[in-house]
Amino acid sequence: MTTASELLHRTQDYFDRSESSKNHFVNVGKTERQISAIGGGALALYGLTRGSLGGLVLAGIGGALVYRGVTGNCPAYSALGTNTNHDEGAAPEQYFDRGIHVTQSFTVGKPAAELFKFWRNISNLPSVMTHLESVEVLDDKRSRWTATGPAGTRVSWDAEIINEEPDRVIAWRSLGGADVDNSGSVRFVDAPGDRGTEVRVAMDYIPPAGRLGKLVATLFGEAPEQTIKEDLRRFKRLMETGLIPTTKGQPRGTCSRFFGSEGEIEQ
Amino acid sequence: MKALTWCGTGDVRVSNVPDPKILQPRDIIIKITSTCICGSDLHLYDGFMPTMKAGDILGHEFMGIVEEVGPEVKNLKVGDRVVNPFTICCGACFYCKRDLWSCCENTNPNAWMAEKMMGYSPAGLFGYSHLTGGYAGGQAQYARIPYADVGPIKIPDGIPDDKVIFLSDIFPTGYMAAENCNIQPDDTVAIWGCGPVGQFAIRSAKMLGAHQVIAIDDGARVPERLRMAEEGGAITIDMHDEYIYDKLLDLTAGRGPDSCIDAVGMEAHGYTLDAAYDKVKTMLFMATDRAHALRQAINCCRKGGTVSIPGVYAGFLDKIPMGPAMNKGLTFKMGQTHMKKYMGPLLERIQNGEIDPSFVITHKLPIDQAPEAYKIFRDKQDKCIKVVLKPHEMN
Ligand SMILES: NC(=O)c1ccc[n+]([C@@H]2O[C@H](COP(=O)([O-])OP(=O)(O)OC[C@H]3O[C@@H](n4cnc5c(N)ncnc54)[C@H](O)[C@@H]3O)[C@@H](O)[C@H]2O)c1
Ligand SMILES: [Zn+2]
Ligand SMILES: [Zn+2]
Repeated sequence: MTTASELLHRTQDYFDRSESSKNHFVNVGKTERQISAIGGGALALYGLTRGSLGGLVLAGIGGALVYRGVTGNCPAYSALGTNTNHDEGAAPEQYFDRGIHVTQSFTVGKPAAELFKFWRNISNLPSVMTHLESVEVLDDKRSRWTATGPAGTRVSWDAEIINEEPDRVIAWRSLGGADVDNSGSVRFVDAPGDRGTEVRVAMDYIPPAGRLGKLVATLFGEAPEQTIKEDLRRFKRLMETGLIPTTKGQPRGTCSRFFGSEGEIEQ
Repeated sequence: MKALTWCGTGDVRVSNVPDPKILQPRDIIIKITSTCICGSDLHLYDGFMPTMKAGDILGHEFMGIVEEVGPEVKNLKVGDRVVNPFTICCGACFYCKRDLWSCCENTNPNAWMAEKMMGYSPAGLFGYSHLTGGYAGGQAQYARIPYADVGPIKIPDGIPDDKVIFLSDIFPTGYMAAENCNIQPDDTVAIWGCGPVGQFAIRSAKMLGAHQVIAIDDGARVPERLRMAEEGGAITIDMHDEYIYDKLLDLTAGRGPDSCIDAVGMEAHGYTLDAAYDKVKTMLFMATDRAHALRQAINCCRKGGTVSIPGVYAGFLDKIPMGPAMNKGLTFKMGQTHMKKYMGPLLERIQNGEIDPSFVITHKLPIDQAPEAYKIFRDKQDKCIKVVLKPHEMN
C-alpha cells in the first residue's frame, strides 16, 4: 500500500525505464514527468502542473490513461470533465493528500474483449469480489454498490463510470455521500504470446478519520492489496474454468471420541 | 460413509462422516473400490507436513465407479470405472496447457497460503493438507472429484483394480522420475529408496532403456524391498552394510551414475553423521526436513548429470551441498507428478502387458484396519511395501 506521493516517486522510475509506455505518452517530456506518473502500468493518473503539488487538478481516478501535464495531452479527460456538475465525490486533491493507492495485477488466459465484457457488466463484480454484496446498475454510467464487512457492517454508495475504452479500460469513482470515497480502474493489456490478458487494477480510497476507519475494512478487507489479489484470482478462475473452486460443503470428521459421531459438513 | 481422518501426529481414525455431494457443476461422486496408503501420507501421519487440521479426510490414491455426475461433466457417465489422479487440474490454465499439470493455477482454494510459503501455489491435491487446498481425500467409501472432466481416466472393464490403481500416483511418479533423467542407452541410473515410488522408478528406468539401474535402501530394515528391486532388474546396494559412493564408483568403474533419483524424500534416515544431525535438528524444530538421501544423490552424481527428485520435501533443507552441485554442473529435476501427461500412455503399457503394477502390493485390508495399516507401513513391519484398502469390504 502506498500513499499517492510515494507512488509518484516510485512510478517515475518505472516511467523512465519503460520504453513501451512511450506509445501512450508521446508528448510528455522528461522534465514534465518529474512528478507526474502513472502507476506501474496500472492506471492511477495524477494530473499536475509542473512542479507544484498545489496544482493538482486530477488525481486518484485510477486508470483512465489520463495524462494531464503541461502538455495537456489527455485524451480521456473529457470523459471526466462531462461529469462534474452533480453529486461530486471527493475532490482530486483529497485523494492526493489522504488517499491510499493500491494496485494489483493478474494474468488471465482469455482475450481482453471477453474479460472487459464481464467487468463492464458491473453487476457481475460481487461474484468475484466477496466483500461486495451487490452492485445494482442504475443507468449506463451509474450504479449502487453495497458491501458487507466484519460483524455485519454494511455500507452502500453510488458510483459512476468515469472512463471507458472498449476492451481496454474501465474507471469509476464514488459519488458524493459515500462513507468512504473511493475510485478504481481496471485495464486490460494483451499479455505476451498466448498468455491471455494482463488485468491491471488500481484502487484509491480515502480512509475516513476516527471510528469510521472500520468501514475501510468493510470495503477492502484488512489488507487491501491481498483482498484485491484474491478478487482477481477468483476472476481469473471464473473466466478460465467457469468456476471458483471450493471445499465448502464437503464432509469432514470431528475426531470426536463419542460413539456415533457423524462428522460434519465443512463451512 | 466411513472415512479415514487425521486427528494428529500418529493418530488416524476411521470415522463416520456425511456422504460427499456434488458441490459444483464439474464435480462427480465416485464409489471407491480401491484406495492406497502412500509414502506421502506418512509425511502427514508423522507430522512433517504443516497445515493439517483434525478431522481432515486423508487419501490421494484411489479409483472407483462413477455414482453421480455434475451437469458440466460430459465425458463421464454413471457406472464408468475411473482411476483418479492425486493432483486436481483445471485443464485450461497456462500450466495445464503446457503439460505441467501439478502446477495448475486454478484448483487450490488456499492458493494464498501456498503463495506465502512458496511464492506461487501448486495445484490442489486430494487429502493433503490445507496448503494444497484442504480437499477431502479418498481413503473413504465415496469421494467428490472436482474438475472431473479433466482428471479421472476411464478404465475398460476386464482389467482388475490391482493392475491400474497405481496410475493414481506412484506409477506415473516413478516414471516421471526416470523420464526426468533423459536416459541414454549407455546410462547408469542410481535410485535412493526402494519404496513403491522407487520400485516404479526402477522399472521405468529399465523401460526407458537404461544400461544399468542401481537401487539403494536399508537391508537391515527392509530386505524385502531390496529383493523386489533385484527382481525388477536392479543391482542393489545395502546402505547398512556398504559405502554407497564407493560401491557406485565400483559399479561404474569410476564414472559415477549419470543420473541419481531421490525416491526417499524428507524422512530419510541414515547411518552417517549428517543423518544424526538432521534427526536432532528436526526433533528440535530447527529444520523441517531430513535431506540425507538428497545430499548423497548430489554428491554421487557424475559431472553434468541429473538429480531427479520425486521424493517430497515440504519446507527447508539444511546442509544441501550446493557447491558440489554447482561445480559439477548438475541438472535438478523435480516436482509433484504431472499426472495427466502419463496416465494414458502408462495405461497403454499396462494393457500391452509391458508391466503389471500389482507386483508392489503386499497388503489388502478393509478400511477399518487403516489405522493399523498406517502403522505397519510406516514402521516397515510385516514386509509391508504397499497397502491397498478396500472401503466397502467388511473385516
Ligand atoms: N513427486 C510426487 O508426486 C510423489 C508422489 C508419490 C510419492 N512421493 C514421495 O516419494 C517418496 C517415496 O514414497 P514411497 O511411497 O516409496 O515411500 P516409502 O516410505 O515406502 O519408501 C521410502 C524408502 O526409502 C528408504 N530410505 C530411507 N532413508 C533412505 C536413505 N537415506 N537412502 C536410501 N533409502 C532410504 C526407506 O527405507 C523406504 O524403503 C516419499 O517422499 C513420497 O512422499 C512423491
Ligand atoms: Zn501417493
Ligand atoms: Zn490448470
